[in-house]
Amino acid sequence: MIGASSIRKEGRAKVLGTAIYTDDKFMSGALHGLTVRSEVPRGILRAIHFGEGIPWEEFTLVTAADIPGTNLVASVVDDQPFLVGIGEEITHSQQAVLLLAHADRHLAEKARRAVRLEIEELPAVLDIQSSLDLQPLIYGTSNLLKEIRIAKGDPDPIWAQAAHVIEGEYRTGAQEQMYIEPNAMLSVVEPKDGLLQVTVWGSLQCPYYVHGALKQLFGLPEKQVRVVAMEMGGAFGGKEDYPSVNGGHAALLAWKSGKPVRLIYDREEDLACTTKRHPSRTRLRTAFDADGNLLALEADFILDGGAYATLSPVVLSRGAVHAAGVYRCPHVRIHARAVATNTPPPGAFRGFGAPQSLFAMERHMDRCARKLGLDAVELRRKNFLRMGDTMATGQVIREDLDLAGLMDRALASIGYRDKRAAFALINEDDSPIKRGVGFSVFMHGCGFTGNGESHVASVAGVEGLADGTVAVLAASTEMGQGKNTVFAQIVAEALQLHVELVDTAPVDTDHVPNSGPTVASRSTMMVGRILEDAAIGFKQALVQQGFLAEPYTPESFQAAVAKAVATLGTLRCYGQYHRPPNIQWDDVTYQGDAYPTYSWACYAAEVAVDLDTFEVKVADFVAVQEVGRVVNPTLAAGQIEGGVAQGIGWGLWEEVTMQRGRMINNQMTNYIIPTSVDLPRIQVIFLENAHAGGPGGAKGIGELPMDGPAPAVVNALENALGALRLDEVPMTPDRLLERCEEVSHG
Amino acid sequence: MADRIDLSLKINGADHSVSVHPFARLLDVLREELRLTGTKEGCGEGECGACSVLLNGRVVNSCLVPAVQAQGAEVVTVEGLAEGENLSSLQAAFLVHNGAQCGFCTPGMLVSATDLIHRCPNPSDDEIRDGLAGNLCRCTGYAKILDAVHTAAEREAAR
Repeated sequence: MIGASSIRKEGRAKVLGTAIYTDDKFMSGALHGLTVRSEVPRGILRAIHFGEGIPWEEFTLVTAADIPGTNLVASVVDDQPFLVGIGEEITHSQQAVLLLAHADRHLAEKARRAVRLEIEELPAVLDIQSSLDLQPLIYGTSNLLKEIRIAKGDPDPIWAQAAHVIEGEYRTGAQEQMYIEPNAMLSVVEPKDGLLQVTVWGSLQCPYYVHGALKQLFGLPEKQVRVVAMEMGGAFGGKEDYPSVNGGHAALLAWKSGKPVRLIYDREEDLACTTKRHPSRTRLRTAFDADGNLLALEADFILDGGAYATLSPVVLSRGAVHAAGVYRCPHVRIHARAVATNTPPPGAFRGFGAPQSLFAMERHMDRCARKLGLDAVELRRKNFLRMGDTMATGQVIREDLDLAGLMDRALASIGYRDKRAAFALINEDDSPIKRGVGFSVFMHGCGFTGNGESHVASVAGVEGLADGTVAVLAASTEMGQGKNTVFAQIVAEALQLHVELVDTAPVDTDHVPNSGPTVASRSTMMVGRILEDAAIGFKQALVQQGFLAEPYTPESFQAAVAKAVATLGTLRCYGQYHRPPNIQWDDVTYQGDAYPTYSWACYAAEVAVDLDTFEVKVADFVAVQEVGRVVNPTLAAGQIEGGVAQGIGWGLWEEVTMQRGRMINNQMTNYIIPTSVDLPRIQVIFLENAHAGGPGGAKGIGELPMDGPAPAVVNALENALGALRLDEVPMTPDRLLERCEEVSHG
Repeated sequence: MADRIDLSLKINGADHSVSVHPFARLLDVLREELRLTGTKEGCGEGECGACSVLLNGRVVNSCLVPAVQAQGAEVVTVEGLAEGENLSSLQAAFLVHNGAQCGFCTPGMLVSATDLIHRCPNPSDDEIRDGLAGNLCRCTGYAKILDAVHTAAEREAAR
């Protein structure tokens, strides 16, 4: 059970091609929905003109004026309209203005192109600096979507006293999640028992987010809204917040037409209008004593939050908490801001702000080592957090933390010392190929930041079925990460059953409780822990009611469940999240336990740079991590390998090119993700250290592998090429050429 | 221009006659007319390979094949890989090695890998990488897919 590489529960359907994704669900008489969007970044919508030659009377059309409830997408801040109405402000180039639907997909597309929007353009803010400069003011009174300050000690007196003060500025670009299944929704809105019933089936990570958004959009009570998560072709955060928007759009068309409506984005639309990773700018200032001990750290961390708040406040929060990295430092000041721009709003993407701030910190540590004349390994070793140390938020490390052990293991596995020595010689040759090896050390907070878990107060449960098997009741969704399998293993372990006797109930808000969103590396650790409690409660109930006697065999347990169901009918047992008493957090001061625990890692990369083409090949990669106890080693390794691939892509190739606030490389042809020929085999090593708060000792894993690859690869580039201005990702061939020319031209 | 055109083709061994939109793609015939939804659309421009099928024995992106060009053709989709209830060696190996995570690239990946093993019965890592370079996967980093193809190739060789 826990610790075994159980086979993926839904794997058979996936390899047979019989797994049903949203676009695979047939619905008789369904219309095809499409969205008409603004093409300018900012302006006032004056009119919608319907072109000639289209049988408009056959179309279902929805504008802002049709919306029955509140025209605001339910989110952290309710600031984003589903549709912009006449006379209202357009705030980005992909703003939805009109929805249309028709039975003929080809005619619907023709109609979309025949709509002309009359927009009075206004000056737009398209980058971080213009937003900070209020050129012009576009959001609230300050262009700030969120501002956070974290303080520990007082860095100010330190700068003058310290032997060394080192500053740096680092930037990271937007990144597309590029799930292979584009965003997809299907909706039916019809009366049931005299009441309007809104149903959405979709590719979505968080059924209860969409449920909440639909309630607000239609002004309906909970019972009249139903959301069903279909099989999902990848998400990575890209289907966390956006489905509240396109789910609402599909439902509006279904409501207005009285027919089923499919709203399936094609790739170009998906890339242009859905959420991405937030672009960032981080300025760091660090003070060291003569021996290289870190004395003070100041971080100015800024995210480009786009036109609406979406999840920017919480992405910023995670990024800010991770900004000081894995180092002990007595004086820390972190100032974090998410600024508004007239660009399509970014949102959740695996790592959620942490990859941005950790890229800055881990690049900065290598640059500091160079400036201090110290080895990057020894500088880190000297400053690592250890048990009993205090992080920037005042959180005390209570676990037996051995970052030096993680680092040494990763460096030994990649042959760091030997390669450094060998490459120093080889790189003096005339060959255009230069080699380097580098690494990063980092952590990822497990579960929501701060009081997030307390606010959601997740519920999950187990249900006995008539055949004596057990179903998991949770709104957590399967996006490929292995939730179905891992939950079954956790419940099977708690009940001492074969994993075959436990499966997942369909994720349908009519049937499963709100176990919270499927995000934040929280499903295994947080929901899994609730399921463990629920399973034990379920077993105790069976014993107390006289259906089960301990000790039992899996067979006698199954017989007991079948008998209990036959006798009592429905048989469910739920558990709920309760904040452990030793976890304290203050939302106002940003002091306390930012996370119940962290996963820790050291990643090492070897690169080969071709100075004729400036292409970079990642020749070897080692990922060593401590994620508590590993529930399913094969699935866990898959998470790490996939996350590393995404992280390398972000570090080297994946560039979102914007022009007038619009992504112009919105095709798979020119937004480049890694293919099978671009990646080495990734060595994955787990150092297990059971965490008392997680089910069977497990911690979170999903996002961790996104945090480390980009700084490891860029640190390796510096080793290959010497001190260049390697301060930004993606470090594409163009950018690398530019950085090399800066040096050769002085 | 005719509203619909008639098309006959053999899919996974069975004969089909369908009437389709003149601009329909082979992918639309499979998914919409025949409801063989195992074949997926990820990009519609021949980049991702999720819609890969065998057309007269060769791997094609079915999103780039006009349906009219498939007149009289033999097509194999992911639904045609298993023998009844028995998974093919590749399907079984993908299951065991976790070669399918979200599963959306899997049908196309399996079709391309089937063709690869047919052409190259004992492929190296690099030969598999080359053979599957037209099939994008965002979940796995490809390692588990390489493992699965090796296992399947070994099992096929032993038969």
